Amino acid sequence: MAEVDTSSGGSHKKGPGVKKSKKLSTRVDLTPMVDLGFLLITFFVFTTTMAQNTAMNMNEPKDDKDKEMKVKNSGAMTILLGKGNQIYYYYGQLEAEKVSEQFKSTNYKDIRKLILDKKNATPIDDLMYIIKSDNESTFKNAIDILDEMTISAVPPGHYAEVDMIPVEKELIKQTELANGIK
Amino acid sequence: MPKVKIPRKSTFVDMTAMCDVAFLLLTFFILATKQKPPEVLSVKTPTSVSSTAAPEKSILITLTKDGKVFLMLGDDTKKAAIIEDFNTTRGLQLNSNELAKLKKWEFIGLPANKLKSALNLAQEIPASQQEGIPTDTTNNELSYWMRSVTNAYAGGDQRDLEKMLLVKGDGEALYPIFKNVKNAFKANDLFKFRIVTEGENVPLGSELYKTGKTEKK
Repeated sequence: MAEVDTSSGGSHKKGPGVKKSKKLSTRVDLTPMVDLGFLLITFFVFTTTMAQNTAMNMNEPKDDKDKEMKVKNSGAMTILLGKGNQIYYYYGQLEAEKVSEQFKSTNYKDIRKLILDKKNATPIDDLMYIIKSDNESTFKNAIDILDEMTISAVPPGHYAEVDMIPVEKELIKQTELANGIK
Repeated sequence: MPKVKIPRKSTFVDMTAMCDVAFLLLTFFILATKQKPPEVLSVKTPTSVSSTAAPEKSILITLTKDGKVFLMLGDDTKKAAIIEDFNTTRGLQLNSNELAKLKKWEFIGLPANKLKSALNLAQEIPASQQEGIPTDTTNNELSYWMRSVTNAYAGGDQRDLEKMLLVKGDGEALYPIFKNVKNAFKANDLFKFRIVTEGENVPLGSELYKTGKTEKK
């Protein structure tokens, strides 16, 4: 590969009649070996850095009934995590006569825009995302939604995980039945 | 006019040096990377945009796909203290022989009342057959374990302990189990912990992406 034949014909140094012994080169072409070496390096570099695990911080609030926070209706968005990677949400408080209007469903792809729209439309002091997980939602769902908060740069303290109330559970059940989600 | 002789030079490049470098680097990388111990509990963690690396020394709680909870005490300096504390506070009455055996376990995934009999078996119970530490609201044994952990670290900086608390869960584990784990932490006044996730790139055009960009400038 990197070698060009440069031996220049038969020169008679030892005079005529003396048989020329052919010298064989002891040099080995190392090019393929270098190739292999670097290939292995690349392989190891790529495989080792990919497996790095990261850690996400979690801060839990202290359960204290006296210090329960009041949230403004205008600034609240409740996100309910259901089964089958479904998200249900509503703004403010559920009102009995307007439930079907308020209660909407979405998925993990579209929730980002909804979170962002809410954030842009609300003064930051009033903003509050209330996250409630259904018993059949997965660990991944809970982490994903917290991650969405980070992605949309919602400041800490403006979102919280809260237990679901029976009315919401019932609504989720009804919607699941209507949409045929198993 | 005499012919000008152009000396023909060899184009052969000596590859020995390059070869040496390549293999030196290869050896370095192989030796420098830590061999990950084969994971007995296979867990597929969810992804997050967080970029902080998970600490090596940790008290790791693993949630498997089928909802079992396992505890791994990764800090060798305190492992003995934690296990002894658990033994006395829960009244397990393990003798020194059994304690020594328990300390050698890589992870704990059995209810407290089954520990003694398991320790007297000739063979360790494989991970797939361990039933996990009970975490349900009536009998949250994980919170007893966490109490032993806090006892063992008492006197030290709480923040050091918080840095070590890790929860690693399978994406498909159901939420209530995670909630039980959180309750076990809360019961012991541990409000900060970390979740092991797999790294993910910040989505283009998101708020976080924009702030990250302005910070760099």
